[in-house]
Amino acid sequence: MPDMSLTKHPMPSQEPDVRNKNFLEVALGYTEEIAVAEANRCLNCKNMPCVSGCPVNIQIPHFIKKIVEKDFEGAYEVIAGSSSLPAVCGRVCPQEKQCEGKCVRGIKGEPVGIGRLERFAADYHNANFKGEVKKPEPNGKKVAVIGAGPSGLTCAGDLAKKGYAVTIFEALHLAGGVLVYGIPEFRLPKSIVQKEIDGLSALGVDVETNMVIGKTVTIDELFEKGYDAMFIGSGAGLPRFMNIPGENLKGVYSANEFLTRVNLMKAYKPGSDTPIKENKNVAVVGGGNVAMDAARCAKRLGAENVYIVYRRGEEELPARKEEVEHAKEEGIIFKLLNNPVEILGCEDKDENGRPAPGYHFVTGMKCIKMELGEPDASGRRKPVEIPGSEFVLDVDCVIMAIGTSPNPLIKNTTEGLETNKHGCIVTKDESGLTSREGIYAGGDAVTGAATVISAMGAGKKAAAAIDEYLSNKN
Amino acid sequence: MYKIVRKKELNPTVTLMDIDAPAVAAKAEPGQFIILRTDENGERIPLTVADFDREKGTVTIIFQIVGATTEKLNHLKEGEYIHDFVGPLGTATHTEGLKKVAVVGGGVGCAIAYPIAKKLHSLGCEVHSVVGFRSKDLLILEDEFKECSDKYVVMTDDGSYGEKGLVTDALKKLIESGEKYDEVITIGPLIMMKFVCRLTKEFNVKTVVSMNPIMIDGTGMCGGCRLSVGGETKFACVDGPDFDGHLVDFDEAMDRGSMYRSYERKKHEETCNLFKGVN
Repeated sequence: MPDMSLTKHPMPSQEPDVRNKNFLEVALGYTEEIAVAEANRCLNCKNMPCVSGCPVNIQIPHFIKKIVEKDFEGAYEVIAGSSSLPAVCGRVCPQEKQCEGKCVRGIKGEPVGIGRLERFAADYHNANFKGEVKKPEPNGKKVAVIGAGPSGLTCAGDLAKKGYAVTIFEALHLAGGVLVYGIPEFRLPKSIVQKEIDGLSALGVDVETNMVIGKTVTIDELFEKGYDAMFIGSGAGLPRFMNIPGENLKGVYSANEFLTRVNLMKAYKPGSDTPIKENKNVAVVGGGNVAMDAARCAKRLGAENVYIVYRRGEEELPARKEEVEHAKEEGIIFKLLNNPVEILGCEDKDENGRPAPGYHFVTGMKCIKMELGEPDASGRRKPVEIPGSEFVLDVDCVIMAIGTSPNPLIKNTTEGLETNKHGCIVTKDESGLTSREGIYAGGDAVTGAATVISAMGAGKKAAAAIDEYLSNKN
Repeated sequence: MYKIVRKKELNPTVTLMDIDAPAVAAKAEPGQFIILRTDENGERIPLTVADFDREKGTVTIIFQIVGATTEKLNHLKEGEYIHDFVGPLGTATHTEGLKKVAVVGGGVGCAIAYPIAKKLHSLGCEVHSVVGFRSKDLLILEDEFKECSDKYVVMTDDGSYGEKGLVTDALKKLIESGEKYDEVITIGPLIMMKFVCRLTKEFNVKTVVSMNPIMIDGTGMCGGCRLSVGGETKFACVDGPDFDGHLVDFDEAMDRGSMYRSYERKKHEETCNLFKGVN
């Protein structure tokens, strides 16, 4: 008989007032007992609605059944059959919009904690698996993967398992993409990402860091070097700004810059050479996961007041529900239905007319209140300014987390590679095939900023398509 | 890891290094830059390519010891390794079709100006090089500049070598004496480039500047290197580092460059003390 309790088993976590001062992981993970109890909430539906909600179609009821049977390694194997990064996805997927959103248990009460169970199985495997990874028999064909983020890592892993010699080219000095520069340690420990990358190395995947494709080497030069096919997973790394006055003042960061300083460059650690400004009051503009990450990092770096400034309402926040909840628990202040119109800076000069200390550092952000009007193209109600409602938020730092666009470096140096007006690479269908033979693409480079799991899904489909293409080629 | 195959002190605060980086050397062009990280905890800093040897696979960097990272870099010896070295980044300096150019360099900026002068010279362009230093002991690359310049003028602040005065004085003199330049290319401290641009604007001579703001990734990802150029926001790393000097907001660039000054001073001091302890 399944456990019919209406709520998920709570996730053991660090106390909010403790964790908002450290960078250790917030959610501590289910114990075996809790995992089995939560797994018992699954009704094991025949038609498996949850699977249809998963971008990589993990056989969810099957792995949950294995947990009920206490065959935790077996549960991992079921997940690994469909997902290359289970420990990552269990932590960062927006489950409420995917698998859990389709769970029958969610109709009355909370859905089964699928994400938490996925994480449990993956962590169990990582802690207990002692076996050797078997290197597949080489098939003599070479594939280049551009970008070591979620889509590239997935694509590389799937191809390596089929015997392809895969080289991943990464522009930064560390592989992982958004998993290492964007998502903070407290949400996704970097040791987990490294474990996934070590797993790829064990399969024979070669990772070349410090290689900016389009600059150091072009796509066509890679073909000349003997690669038979290519996957572009270069992500959406170009930050957007609002184009309001004051955006170039000192203390205004793109979320990309702020998070890269903190996560990739480890600015929060005393030993790191990378500086980050010390702030007292921080405004993060935007309502997505990146905004939540930036806000929670700012809090951990010692800011007294951290605000999320978002032009729509609570319902419209695009972030994962859990991130919003965690942020609130940690004392992040939500200024919803507000939009920035200008960033203000210090104009003080000394008696000689020279800039005084603090000159042109941020001193505040002027916002205007919004209300929700008719639904717009995205189906969400459009925020409209309330005339005369401007006010100044007292902040010394502003972080713009309003989205990113694909980087044009590859597009600009690859003839015949079609992109749309947003700079996204155009693909023919789900296979990820681009306008050039042998070149496939996926993830944010194709869709614009989206999720880790959808990028992974694209990497998987492209790997299958590349395999088919190269198998039929001779 | 990238090997330091040659290290040479050009003056007490400026060092030259040839780095073994064949992939970067194969593609580098004058005006482009690289990003390096000295060690695991190091920050990423941009340095403009000073020269390259495609056959040997080396890239030359010339840097002034101004902060913690350049201090650490300077403590590495020939035969030792730099942790990360990536490039070439940014767009190359436009050199095609120019017939007569004044290349104006200030201080360590001359290290960046030199490969441009050399390239222009190799394309048959008449090159007038005007270089400025605080004093004679800081002079760098004199022979190299002479080799690729039809005219070579040295200015020092204190008059200890060449003529006493600023590069703008020399450039003004050249223009007033009737020299007609297709372009002035200037690289050096922001304040110097600002005044060169002010001068050339008066004479209506197109002027290209090379900007070197704070950046992290160098591929357009962080936006930390943003500048106002002609009222638009540009990223120095991908849109530059070369820009039309008459359109650049130098005051803002100087302002943004000072963002971490107090932190940098403290970190530099710590690093110096660390090295004192070791040696």
